[in-house]
Amino acid sequence: MSKKILLDKINVPGIKSYEVYRQNGGYASVEKAINDMGADNVVEEVKKSGLRGRGGAGFPAGLKWSFIDKKSGKPRHLVCNADESEPGTFKDRYLMEYIPHLLIEGMITSSFALGAHLSYIYIRGEYMWVYKILERAIAEAKAAGWLGKNILGSGYDLELYVHCGAGAYICGEETALLESLEGKRGNPRIKPPFPAVSGLWQNPTVVNNVETIASVPWIINNSGDDYAKIGIGRSTGTKLISASGHIKKPGVYEIELGVSVYEFMNSDEYCGGMIDDRPLKALVPGGSSVPIIPHNLIYKTAAGEDRLMSYESLSDGGFETGSMLGSGGFIVYNDTACIVRNTWNFARFYHHESCGQCSPCREGTGWLEKVLNRIENGYGREEDIDLLWDIQRKIEGNTICPLGDAAAWPVAAAIRHFRDEFEYHVRFPEKVKNRAHFVDEPFEKVRHLLQKQTV
Amino acid sequence: MKVTIDGQTIEVEPGTTILQAARMIGGEVVPPAMCYYSKLEGSGGKCRCCLVEVAKGSEADPRPMPKLMASCVTGCQDGMEVNSAASERVTDARKSVTEFLLINHPLDCPVCDQAGECDLQNLSFKHGKSQSRFIEEKRTFEPEDIGDKIQLHMNRCILCYRCVMVADQLTDNRVHGVMDRGDHSNISTCISKAIDNEFSGNMIDVCPVGALTDKTFRFKSRVWFNKPYNAHRDCPTCSGKTTVWMFGEEIQRVTGRKDEFHEVADFICNGCRFDHKELSDWTIEGPREFEKFSVINQNNYTQKLDTVNINTEKNILLGRDQDRIKLSMPMVGYNETVEGKELDK
Repeated sequence: MSKKILLDKINVPGIKSYEVYRQNGGYASVEKAINDMGADNVVEEVKKSGLRGRGGAGFPAGLKWSFIDKKSGKPRHLVCNADESEPGTFKDRYLMEYIPHLLIEGMITSSFALGAHLSYIYIRGEYMWVYKILERAIAEAKAAGWLGKNILGSGYDLELYVHCGAGAYICGEETALLESLEGKRGNPRIKPPFPAVSGLWQNPTVVNNVETIASVPWIINNSGDDYAKIGIGRSTGTKLISASGHIKKPGVYEIELGVSVYEFMNSDEYCGGMIDDRPLKALVPGGSSVPIIPHNLIYKTAAGEDRLMSYESLSDGGFETGSMLGSGGFIVYNDTACIVRNTWNFARFYHHESCGQCSPCREGTGWLEKVLNRIENGYGREEDIDLLWDIQRKIEGNTICPLGDAAAWPVAAAIRHFRDEFEYHVRFPEKVKNRAHFVDEPFEKVRHLLQKQTV
Repeated sequence: MKVTIDGQTIEVEPGTTILQAARMIGGEVVPPAMCYYSKLEGSGGKCRCCLVEVAKGSEADPRPMPKLMASCVTGCQDGMEVNSAASERVTDARKSVTEFLLINHPLDCPVCDQAGECDLQNLSFKHGKSQSRFIEEKRTFEPEDIGDKIQLHMNRCILCYRCVMVADQLTDNRVHGVMDRGDHSNISTCISKAIDNEFSGNMIDVCPVGALTDKTFRFKSRVWFNKPYNAHRDCPTCSGKTTVWMFGEEIQRVTGRKDEFHEVADFICNGCRFDHKELSDWTIEGPREFEKFSVINQNNYTQKLDTVNINTEKNILLGRDQDRIKLSMPMVGYNETVEGKELDK
């Protein structure tokens, strides 16, 4: 059994309520931070822990906190990004739904460290029931004196609000989230300035993911050094993985970073192996925006080492062969999955969710989707594969926010690793139209058609 | 601070953006800009036309920036070295943006009122391809009436947000903005209101394409058949300094005075723009200068046009003769002067 930090008490009956949470050591980190440590030491501990942002980018949280402009004299804010909308990612929902006080505790401790007196949890609109759970938890925490004026008699005041979004994926991008929170259209801002300098209402602001903030209480209760001992290399601590797809046991798992992908996939503690014991075809390890990994690179890196569930191992060799840990949306495909259909599905999502502010993303995501739609439905042309490649290349890196990259990478990786499937689609449109392929028979059985034609 | 763009070094004040520095140098190094408008606060960064390569960050940190940067929102640093037109990567990116902008923009230049003044037309002339790779149907929107003075043709819109910024920053009681998201985004009023604010006509001037056009001028003439003159009047609301566009002795259109980057010097009020179309309303200062290669310059003041004889039935050419009489503008001689300089010399 690997170490549990976030989900350690998840099975305690009634842990959702304040009383049970408190009886199980809840809010100890707030007491320790305010009474014993002081704000700067809390930041130092988080820095020592090596905790990286769990939203997807993996930027060191302590370092991000240290960027906040404390000399400006402006109010500072902590904003929790609970706008979890990436296809394949559902870990934050689990945390907030089953142990909401862990997030509230993390918010109070982190806000204290940053000197923030007004903090927000920005939650996606579709999580309405979770919103209500958080509202209740905040009310309980406030009634118990953990929020409001003069917390623990220290003179520190904090107000915490939950703000419900309206269901736009782009509002998960930190600057778009801030725009939305300010009551404006959720369009990403151009950076710099970064939120640490000019964020919510132009005040210094830190935006952190739910899981990141929920990790803070353990770090404060134990120590940054203890946290850093868990995991591997620069991937310290534990990580929630939301596993889905063709596996026996889909769900949310907490892993110690550094566990091998093989173990995670096949052990009974986690995914339990492939459903119906069919062959593994591909894997998206970090949510729909990260590049897909073909079966030959899932358990071994390009260098021949064991692939581990860590930031470094999953991105081995950079973009060319690797992928990313991302937000931990672990999507598994068996041999009946059609990669073209899957890529089209992702492209539809990004087309729908592009904010439309910058030209490459607004127009490019729509174009990608339309071309993929044609290919998947048997109306593709041979030149469309290169066209797709060209379109994604022109979107990547040229947009205001990372949504353009998120739309481009899955297409690039799918063509790079599964080009033959795209070729099959454009060369055998009738077979594609009658949907016989990939549903009843895996691609391996029809691959010979491509080879014969080539000869 | 010293900044080098395409090998040309210039000294700029702190806070200057790369685009502003490039405009100081002028010529080929100036990146195209579809959304940036120096007079509108917060504009820029959206169209991605002005992407440049920062080959050296600054003297203090000489590392190149890995991604192409939007020059209109990237500040200059001392010792910064920038590649604009000289960079293949930049040219490629501009071609890409042009292609993206054109996939849904209708190629209706022959009937578009903006033809001849369209920034997208200029952009595609320089960076566009002769053939489209986009075979799908173009995106279309239902026509919408947004008021009696301004015509919205949403299909042509490139979502530059300039008009929204005009409404935000110049008019009181803003009634329009961007609705929906992605490539379904559209400019619309909230909800079915009419745009009739005092300075709303400036939305027409800042629109880089033909999405917002002047209803009082629509289909009256092509801009290259008009002769633009700088004119002014005593206006209690704005500076009253405008350009009047004449066809013969008729003022067909009034706009703000635009500079070489197609930005107006002074925003003008709706009264000047829409309600004063009589010659007696205006004091004509003299012909307006245009870039040498501008389409508007086709009808320039410096050259006499060659006579073209067309051998066809007289009746067919009756209308043409009438137009020719108006175009020749007998009241304005070819020896006119601008700032004391004779135009035909």
